[in-house]
Amino acid sequence: MLIEALIALCLLGAAVVFVAPNRFAHKLAVGFSLPPLAISLYMYLAFDGSGNALLGGDIAYETFAQWLQLGSYTVNYHMGLDGISLPLVVLSTILTTLAILSAWTPIDERQSQFYGLMLFLEASLIGVFGALDFLLWFVFWEAVLIPMYFLIGVWGGPRRKYAAIKFFVYTNIASLVMFIGYFALVFGLGDSVSSTGLPEIAQALRAGQLGSLGIIGPDMLALAAFVAMFLGFAVKVPVVPFHTWLPDAHVEAPTPASVMLAGVLLKMGTYALLRFNFTMLPGQAEILAIPIAVIAVISIIYGAMLALAQSDLKRIVAYSSVSSMGYVILGLIAYTVYGVGGATFQMVAHGLISGLLFMTVGVIYNTTHTRMVGDMAGMAEKMPVTAGVFVAGAFAYMGLPLMAGFAAELFIFLGAFESTVLPYAPLFTAVAMFGIVIVAGYLLWAMQRSLFGPFRLETDYEIGPAALHDVVPLVTLVLLIILLGSAPMVFFESIQDATLDIVATLGGGI
Amino acid sequence: MEHVSNWLLLAPAGAFVVSAMLLFVIDSFDPESKHDTLLAAVTTAGAAVAMVISAALLLSGTADSGVELFGGQLVVDGMSLVFTFIFGSVTALVGLASADYIEDLPHKAEYYLLILLAATGMSLMASANSLAVVFVALELASLPSYALVAYLKTNRGSVEAALKYFLVGALSSSILAYGISLIYAATGSLLLPDVAAAAGEASELYTGVFGIGILMVLGGFAFKTASVPFHFWAPEAYEGAPAPVSAFLSSASKAAGFVVAFRVFVVAFPIDSVAGSVDWVLAFQVLAVLTMTLGNFAAATQENVKRMLAYSSIGHAGYVLIALAALTGLGDQGLVLGSGMLHLLVYGFMNTGAFLFVALAEYWNVGRTFRDYNGLGKEAPVACVAMTVFMFSLAGLPVGGGFLSKYFLIVGSVGAGVWWLGAVLAVNSALSLFYYSRVVKAMWIDEPDEPREIERYPTALYVAIVAAAVVTVALLPGILVFDSAAFDAAAALL
Repeated sequence: MLIEALIALCLLGAAVVFVAPNRFAHKLAVGFSLPPLAISLYMYLAFDGSGNALLGGDIAYETFAQWLQLGSYTVNYHMGLDGISLPLVVLSTILTTLAILSAWTPIDERQSQFYGLMLFLEASLIGVFGALDFLLWFVFWEAVLIPMYFLIGVWGGPRRKYAAIKFFVYTNIASLVMFIGYFALVFGLGDSVSSTGLPEIAQALRAGQLGSLGIIGPDMLALAAFVAMFLGFAVKVPVVPFHTWLPDAHVEAPTPASVMLAGVLLKMGTYALLRFNFTMLPGQAEILAIPIAVIAVISIIYGAMLALAQSDLKRIVAYSSVSSMGYVILGLIAYTVYGVGGATFQMVAHGLISGLLFMTVGVIYNTTHTRMVGDMAGMAEKMPVTAGVFVAGAFAYMGLPLMAGFAAELFIFLGAFESTVLPYAPLFTAVAMFGIVIVAGYLLWAMQRSLFGPFRLETDYEIGPAALHDVVPLVTLVLLIILLGSAPMVFFESIQDATLDIVATLGGGI
Repeated sequence: MEHVSNWLLLAPAGAFVVSAMLLFVIDSFDPESKHDTLLAAVTTAGAAVAMVISAALLLSGTADSGVELFGGQLVVDGMSLVFTFIFGSVTALVGLASADYIEDLPHKAEYYLLILLAATGMSLMASANSLAVVFVALELASLPSYALVAYLKTNRGSVEAALKYFLVGALSSSILAYGISLIYAATGSLLLPDVAAAAGEASELYTGVFGIGILMVLGGFAFKTASVPFHFWAPEAYEGAPAPVSAFLSSASKAAGFVVAFRVFVVAFPIDSVAGSVDWVLAFQVLAVLTMTLGNFAAATQENVKRMLAYSSIGHAGYVLIALAALTGLGDQGLVLGSGMLHLLVYGFMNTGAFLFVALAEYWNVGRTFRDYNGLGKEAPVACVAMTVFMFSLAGLPVGGGFLSKYFLIVGSVGAGVWWLGAVLAVNSALSLFYYSRVVKAMWIDEPDEPREIERYPTALYVAIVAAAVVTVALLPGILVFDSAAFDAAAALL
């Protein structure tokens, strides 16, 4: 019942904050985000699940009740966590609290609605990671779009309306494609399944019970469903060439929404890829290994090069997410313990690091009212803590040892290099590694120009150190990144436990 | 004892009649009553009683096997109870909301009376088991509707809409009556089960007469449900009518058309027997695709919110037509027909709510286009949250029951082997998000062209809107209260 408590507390908070006066909505929102944070941390410490929730592992915090009966299918209310979803739930609660804190400065109108939507977003995200029945999961998956649409559309930058509707339409069409793909599988399984539950479908598919659907044979059906679901999730991740909504959404979104978007919403895509495509249809993943790896590597390199070409700090961070998500895909397609585990690790690590960088850019923008690298120089002089945090975040991104990014990328490269599923794995890994060099290039260059050297900024605004409530989230994130990077195995083991069964079918290897 | 329980089964319709008679009495003693609260309260209470009794009878399973009354002229079964529940809920919401909407208008008692009489006609339509009763009940529901559309009799749009509605309605009634006479000629009976028994023979002996009769009956129902090709009255009528009446017509009246269509086609014209004359399943498949697509594309090009809702209501008629179009005899047919009922049930709340929000906007004189709604979210956040729920639920996003009922229709059509109907629904539904979200965007994101001040917040209208929104959201998890009842009712009918 703890997951339900989390969701209920967030929804309650959302409702109360939504109707509260603007004056103290910000403090109320932080207050309401703390109990879910505390509960999720407790859940992390008291976690007693093992194995993969979809493949017969012990599910932690499970709730099961019948919801609907549809002909021969039951639709259940089925919630539960395993080593893959639990870290993402914790990530959501941590980032929501910090994002709400980071909103105190920039959000200066309609505060109660803003914070209400943030808490509603948190509830939906927890639902996405907790749901183990497709229809239930889909309800939360779509519900996430609604607060994000408003967060971008109401509080965003000058082109916010365009960005919001583009985000909404893109991801909604993607959901439709994915929905069709999944139900093709359910209907293809016919009488061998009696519910739309993810565990039952996953196990039936892996047991090879997929039949024909009309004139489409089982192999073709599985492949088509794999492609449909992959396309649906690829928009969310996003991978090249479906990434074009991302820079628009990020640049226009207010900082706290960007933090949630990059930190958690992108992970919904990779989480779903792992849960659906790579867990349910490993055979099809193997068939399509080379195209997927090519997409991953292109995302890594092309995303990094796009970042290199930007002069807007927020765009740089936004495009670098495309690059980082490419690593996750590469890790997944490797089908090794380190590959898949590293991909999950990277989801969390990137959530923290990109959240940190977006917040830092936000803090700089709040003070200077510009994000253009060329407009400012020597910011370190005026804003020492913020600059220090920016440097730390950038190094984490580049994969400095003892920081989360290093551990994540190391696991992915180790796993991808050893892959037996992906042909020419060493070649793909080597090319992907080159992406790190570009990352280092654009981040160092951007930092050098904006943070160091003699101070220069033509502005009427007073430039000074950031407020305490801006600095607290930044420092918290830096500490978490270092914690995760210096003791990765503590965290990796719970993930690894849940990924072993996924890789086992295809021979795996470490 | 037997008689008592039979009368109890007609209690929902009775509640409508009794409250209508009560209004007659009140109006005789106190013409041009100033007690408009009393009138609205009687209407709402009567409808609420009808709703509660229907739900109680339905969920207690009293009428699971179907009870015939008056020598088989009427039948009360699961399906009729599902629909009287819909009529009761819509009428209650509309009655409540009208208290504020018509507060400055004359002839209030007549207004409520007409609504209740139309609702009575609709609940008889839900139980009609003979073509004669079908026709009489349909007229009982239609005639008050014409008058209601013309209620704003000094308003040119209202009168013009009513005239158009009446002329098309009269034409389609005559088509229906002629179709019924042809069916009687071919089968020798008006009772639906007897028609079914004679259908096989009639189809062989009088192929043409019987087939044309069925098609004409189909045309009559297409009018009532605002489906292609008899849909063109709907945008004018819904736009010109007072907004609560639009809500009533597009939700309850449409559902009434569907319940008759469900019963007549499923019971009287078993597809195996009549396939020799006319394949009505195929006809409904064509109509469903045309109605969905035309309604949605026309809705997407509107600038006027009420007109957009009118076209969207045509689109939703198309979705429900799938319930008849997927009766191919394959898969779980109870699921198919039951999903149509559930969609109408959810639609009864979300569409009524949406039109009532338009009523609220008309009450405030904010104007009729999307632009006029700009920035309303700041001034009326609660009502706008409710409207957001209606819009997203109509579009099929999982914030309300609209998502599940559409999903049921898709599952049903795929199971029945007509997956392409489900695909057309899914695509149309995805497209519909475009025009529904325009309302949301206007309310919350766009800035108003000129500052406006909202002074009065009408309580009853607000209560009706919020209640509709709460039920719409609650029907997402809570559809489990009704789903098995609806599927069982459908299965019993088949």
